[in-house]
Amino acid sequence: MTLKEKTKILDQEALDRSLERIAHEIVEKAKTTENIAIVGIKNRGAYLGERLARKLEKVAGLKVPVGALDITLYRDDLTEVSEQPVVHATEIDFDIDEKKIILVDDVLYTGRTIRCALDALIDFGRPSQIQLAVLIDRGHRELPIRADYVGKNVPTSLKEVVEVRLEETDGKDEVVLCAKEEDAD
Amino acid sequence: MQTNEKKIIWKKKDLLGLEYLSKEEIELILYTAASFKEVTTRQIKKVPALRGKTVVNLFYEPSTRTRTSFELAAKRLSADVVNIEIEASSVKKGETLIDTGRNIEALKIDIIVVRHNASGAPNILARSVKSRVVNAGDGWHEHPTQALLDMFTLKSKLGRIEGLKVSIIGDIAHSRVARSNIWGLTKLGAQVTVCAPELLIPEGIEQMGVKVTTDIDEALRGADAINVLRMQFERDGALAFPSKLEYFKQYGITAERLAKCKKDIVVMHPGPINRGIEMSSEVADGKNSVILEQVTNGIAVRMAVLYLVAYAKDPAPSEASKVRKEGAG
Repeated sequence: MTLKEKTKILDQEALDRSLERIAHEIVEKAKTTENIAIVGIKNRGAYLGERLARKLEKVAGLKVPVGALDITLYRDDLTEVSEQPVVHATEIDFDIDEKKIILVDDVLYTGRTIRCALDALIDFGRPSQIQLAVLIDRGHRELPIRADYVGKNVPTSLKEVVEVRLEETDGKDEVVLCAKEEDAD
Repeated sequence: MQTNEKKIIWKKKDLLGLEYLSKEEIELILYTAASFKEVTTRQIKKVPALRGKTVVNLFYEPSTRTRTSFELAAKRLSADVVNIEIEASSVKKGETLIDTGRNIEALKIDIIVVRHNASGAPNILARSVKSRVVNAGDGWHEHPTQALLDMFTLKSKLGRIEGLKVSIIGDIAHSRVARSNIWGLTKLGAQVTVCAPELLIPEGIEQMGVKVTTDIDEALRGADAINVLRMQFERDGALAFPSKLEYFKQYGITAERLAKCKKDIVVMHPGPINRGIEMSSEVADGKNSVILEQVTNGIAVRMAVLYLVAYAKDPAPSEASKVRKEGAG
């Protein structure tokens, strides 16, 4: 299977603005900005989480703890996944009890990743609240999960793939909608 | 945040010995173990990765520490665990290893962790069953998870394995720990020296790529780490060496000997320690000793091994399941 790029959904500037808007929304929605903490889902969500923390500092002067969650061990498709997942370390070096956790991921799709992340997170303690921030919501949920903050809603078909590329992992910031194409053989 | 992403895929059905692994596969285990180490520091030390899978600890030799470590590793991965030990099993009724293996497999289990007094027994078992087989020590052959946890501990203490000078001291001839360590350390680029009284050095050990000496001071000089093996006086040690006291005098690791070594030399021992034979209490409990860290790391390493073999991608029959004649002489 190969991927053919169709349209650019976000460029670097738009991606940056989306994160800044989400930061504003987090502050606006919160009754109190105390106890907010960010946990990004590895890999790209972790980088987005770090960026969102910087945005919170920029727009509201908030310094929030940031962690990164690896959900491999919680996946419900371990035996079926085509590519063997590599287990990475989870890095949450603060106590999540009574914290208001903003869970961050790049793309919200079936909701299964978020289900895993909720399980994983709750193994670390008992947050007072968990909210979800995603850069892209592409629909097609298989579980009753929704995002509290969305960078951009993108209607997609199942034959499409949303590629989020970040400076930290891919050398540049952009979000591209691609089409899956079956190889000739 | 993200460090060297490993693209290597684990394809082995079994873990029978480090001889059969590539450098990259060993590194993948150590990398994966680092992630599991984090799990073992949590308040809830359990992840659902092996939920619904069953691990059987099949032990033909008494073992408390290795078995407990495997049992905890499996439980922290949410697997179900059954322990079978020789006294309670039908081995005494004459059942062969292969029959035992097939019967256990008929109980619909997923992984067999086996310890056996015969070198190569896990290889035979691996060939006879579809279940995954993990060697928990076989005869004088290999004890791969012990060597992996030694290397994991070394790496977390000194940041690397490549280029390190590691001396293995003690009964090399009868030690599966030594053999697995030699395979693993040399593959990862460490310089290994083995040191023991002449009779406890197996013939031809140089061919494994190690330096050999009978002089303890030579083994200690310049070493970044030492791995001190248990002297098994209850077994054949007595034949090779006149007395425990004499051994301690000539080969025992004491504070005086350590004072002449590198300041931050790492002192390891697979346990159980004979205090006053292989090393003094002062050394065993001293600041260079990582003996208890080894025990803690053992769980993370065994979790990594169980996880990797359980989810091996299209596992091929083990090339290692051929029987080796090694360790017999």
